[in-house]
Amino acid sequence: MHITRERLIVYGGVLFFALLPPVASFFGEHYLISLFTRAMIYALAAVSLDLLLGYGKMISLGHAAFVGIGAYVVGIMFFHAADDSLLFGFIGGSENALVVWPAAVLVSAMGALVIGALSLRTSGMHFIMITLAFAQMLFYFAVGLETYGGDDGLPMWNRNRLAGLDLADKLHFYYVCFFLMSVFIFCCTRLVRSRFGLVLRGASTNTRRIRALGVHDVSYKLVCFVIAGAGAGLAGALLANQSEFVSPGLLHWGLSGELMVMVLLGGLGTLFGPVLGAVLFLLLEEFLAIYTEHWMVYFGPVLIIVVLTTKRGIYGLLVGGGGNRGG
Amino acid sequence: MKTTITILLTVAIMAVGQAAVAEPVKIGMITTLSTKAGYLGEEIRDGFQLAIEQEGGTLGGIPVELLVEDDGRKPEKGIQIAERFRTRDGAKIFTGIVFSNVAMAVVPKLVREDVVYLSANAGPSKLAGDGCSPNYFSVSYQNDNLDEVVGQYVSDAGHKNVYLLAPNYPAGKDHLAGFKRYYDGEIVAEVYTKLGQADYAAEIAAIRAAEPEAVFFFLPGGMGINFLKQYAQAGLNETIPVYGPAFSFDERILGAVGAAALGVKNGSQWTHDLDNPANIQFVEAFRAKYGRTPTLYASQGYDTARLIGSGLAAVGGDLSDLEPFKAALSAADFDSVRGNFAFGANRHPIQDLYIREVVQTEDGTFTNQTLEKVFSNHVDAYAESCPQ
Amino acid sequence: MLFFVEQSLNGLQLGITLFLMSAGLTLVFGIMRVINLAHGSFYMIGAYCGATTMAATGSFLLAIGAALIGAALAGMVVEVLVLRVLYRREHLDQVLATFGLILFCNELTRIIWGRQPLFMDVPPWLGGSIELLPGLIYPIYRLAVIGVGVAVALFLWFLFSRTRLGMQIRAGAENREMIGALGVNIRLLYTLVFGLGAMLAGLAGVMAGPIMAVESGMGEDILILTFVVIVIGGIGSIRGAVVGALLVGVVDTMGRVFLPSLFRIVFSNAYADSVAASLASMAIYLLMAAILIWRPRGLFPAHS
Repeated sequence: MHITRERLIVYGGVLFFALLPPVASFFGEHYLISLFTRAMIYALAAVSLDLLLGYGKMISLGHAAFVGIGAYVVGIMFFHAADDSLLFGFIGGSENALVVWPAAVLVSAMGALVIGALSLRTSGMHFIMITLAFAQMLFYFAVGLETYGGDDGLPMWNRNRLAGLDLADKLHFYYVCFFLMSVFIFCCTRLVRSRFGLVLRGASTNTRRIRALGVHDVSYKLVCFVIAGAGAGLAGALLANQSEFVSPGLLHWGLSGELMVMVLLGGLGTLFGPVLGAVLFLLLEEFLAIYTEHWMVYFGPVLIIVVLTTKRGIYGLLVGGGGNRGG
Repeated sequence: MKTTITILLTVAIMAVGQAAVAEPVKIGMITTLSTKAGYLGEEIRDGFQLAIEQEGGTLGGIPVELLVEDDGRKPEKGIQIAERFRTRDGAKIFTGIVFSNVAMAVVPKLVREDVVYLSANAGPSKLAGDGCSPNYFSVSYQNDNLDEVVGQYVSDAGHKNVYLLAPNYPAGKDHLAGFKRYYDGEIVAEVYTKLGQADYAAEIAAIRAAEPEAVFFFLPGGMGINFLKQYAQAGLNETIPVYGPAFSFDERILGAVGAAALGVKNGSQWTHDLDNPANIQFVEAFRAKYGRTPTLYASQGYDTARLIGSGLAAVGGDLSDLEPFKAALSAADFDSVRGNFAFGANRHPIQDLYIREVVQTEDGTFTNQTLEKVFSNHVDAYAESCPQ
Repeated sequence: MLFFVEQSLNGLQLGITLFLMSAGLTLVFGIMRVINLAHGSFYMIGAYCGATTMAATGSFLLAIGAALIGAALAGMVVEVLVLRVLYRREHLDQVLATFGLILFCNELTRIIWGRQPLFMDVPPWLGGSIELLPGLIYPIYRLAVIGVGVAVALFLWFLFSRTRLGMQIRAGAENREMIGALGVNIRLLYTLVFGLGAMLAGLAGVMAGPIMAVESGMGEDILILTFVVIVIGGIGSIRGAVVGALLVGVVDTMGRVFLPSLFRIVFSNAYADSVAASLASMAIYLLMAAILIWRPRGLFPAHS
């Protein structure tokens, strides 16, 4: 394959993320490292949402639910590890990342399986609303979790342990997040190019034909929903570690909306676009807020203009019309 | 991507440039300016800024720079801002958080570093008790204080039973617990409503059916406005008196509630009519600058700034070692607009608490008037569990 | 028993407010197939215009007029500037653009009116309470809200089944090209329908003003409920909006009132109150999920 603009951008992006910490340290801007750690975690969640929106044509307005589940798994396991108590009377807590992160992914995936199976009975606008309804249910459930802080949230006193690494160290944590994000995106690119991805896209563009071929499209969509939920769960686990804090805010529909904004801002159905979208979103939020406290009055129109004028977000602009991938 | 890098480099270079000229002491204010509760942060900030302006850009004669940023009431965002203020701007003095849930996310972690946090509003019990820190000062109150004073007052007023109402979240439960600590009558019911609930018709009907002698509620912000208006529309305010902490009765909320709040007695550590020289000049200056009567949040922001001023003056602005600065803060050697102010062992205020009443002034606006002092030099309930 | 009747009235009144909101939203979706998250902003604009006018003039009727005009104008401007471009786009684009509109409108009201909530009172001629049955005292204003809601429902029924405009709107929903070919100005029709939807939201906002806090962001809480209503009722169906709104209003109210006493039979008081409060908050979402699982297109699907 020859070098396309698209590949250039992807490699450039990888290089950028890989080199950011030393460059930022050189300029004494250690703060940028944690800002970009956060951006990568959001990017992970946004990429998982892109699987749903861009490839499965499933518009979920409740994706934050899985981020929240992942974060709460980490938070609750930490809580029980800290005071040596048992969850449900038999599960002990843990601070070990190799235990709790997979647990977070698994529980989110199971949550996605249940919610997805029920939600996929509907479609279109109804699908948007039923995913929102499930997320709201979980939100109020978390608010009512008195043992785990309810609306106040659940503080963690330190980050998880990961063999050989010190997650409390900014650099270590940065590269762990970078690694996980890259692996997830890589798996996603493989996935969407596989037979699975083709069926999925076929199912969303021409359901009747796919069904005539004897393919049960709903089960493909469900698998996609579960994978996306698992990715969001991983993002949640990382987010809990980053802020050392878990709160129902992570399940709020506002976060679902923000993730959706990141996907569309960056480029729907591109997998790399949402990373750009997440970075841009956080940078705008961060730096517009420094210059004006009324930053939303500018940010709102920016969103509208991006939607109205671009077809595949910022990534689409950068790649140009030629580089086509995904939906 | 290229543009992103350019932006980043520009930002980085600007920051480096700023650091080179850095002179004034930086104070990081993380507060809530957006969302429905945005006016709370605005009051704190305005009060704080007034103190700086009155001293011509200094506090205690030391030039200061106030960094203000909106946390949007999100704990995660508060954490992020605190980190930026600390590592990028090099701030060592922090203040401003409005809500307890944001405070609980930001403060315990922040005060493990070499910084000082002075709360201008939120005072969660954890930070007053076993989670207290030598780097944490509450200039405002411990959350329960304003409920305790009402509990005592309602007991003294002879109400034999009370109906309790609060949103279903930890702060709601804490506030009701504060009330019950000093109330010795019977509790008819303890009702927890949905956070952010707009319509209270169902709860009001239940209150009417239960026929309590009084109602105590903790519903901050818009929830309180909704409840009070609907309570008055149901005609219950004429038969069953309501009581609450000051959070539903600040001057800006009263403007939105109007006559529905008339005559309601509420508990506070400060009112704009307190008769001491510091307060008289503060209220006058605040009105002149902002054209409105300050709320208790503004008074807390102002007091926090003046306390910081006293500390900075004592150490001549030298914050390289924070111990002398903290010692100076603990002495609380400043003229508080509350008149009587000292820190207890857990660095929370020992102060007088009042009952005030909502009245209408001659020009038609609604405001609070101090009725009586219920507690003198009140110490919060958690002070004992703070390890020394 | 009286208590139950009173709570039913409360549920009804909440349902009516939701109906005013959902009627506009379901119309816009049913006819233009556009998802408008910014519908709550028209509710807020209605309340702000109403509160400002009432503060200036003291007249509640003028306040209602200002709210209707303000919300309808805002709606038509938004339709022409933003939504018109989005009709042929995917739902996703519509969600995002209208999400941006929410941010913009909320911040703009903060800039114009400041951060504190505004004051709006019940007009004296609707103040006070009335004894409906012996022992059942109910605020007159809430009865007035119920009355307005019923009147709007009748008006909409009349508009759609008895007028030429209504027929054009219905025809436009069925077949956009056909109605255009017949010489009806589709663009103008859409702008008018959108304005009508926004106006109904503005009416809901100004009617809520005296009961609730008029503040920036007030639209979002009710927006989510409104979506629940139209999805339960079946998108695009006015009849569905009526049924869905009443169902949500009653379930929400009854859940809040009776769940705690139900749970107290089984659990200790403090635990029961806490669990019941959480469950009551979730009640309508449970209802919605259950209905959608049972009937994936809502109770009264408009287009089959």
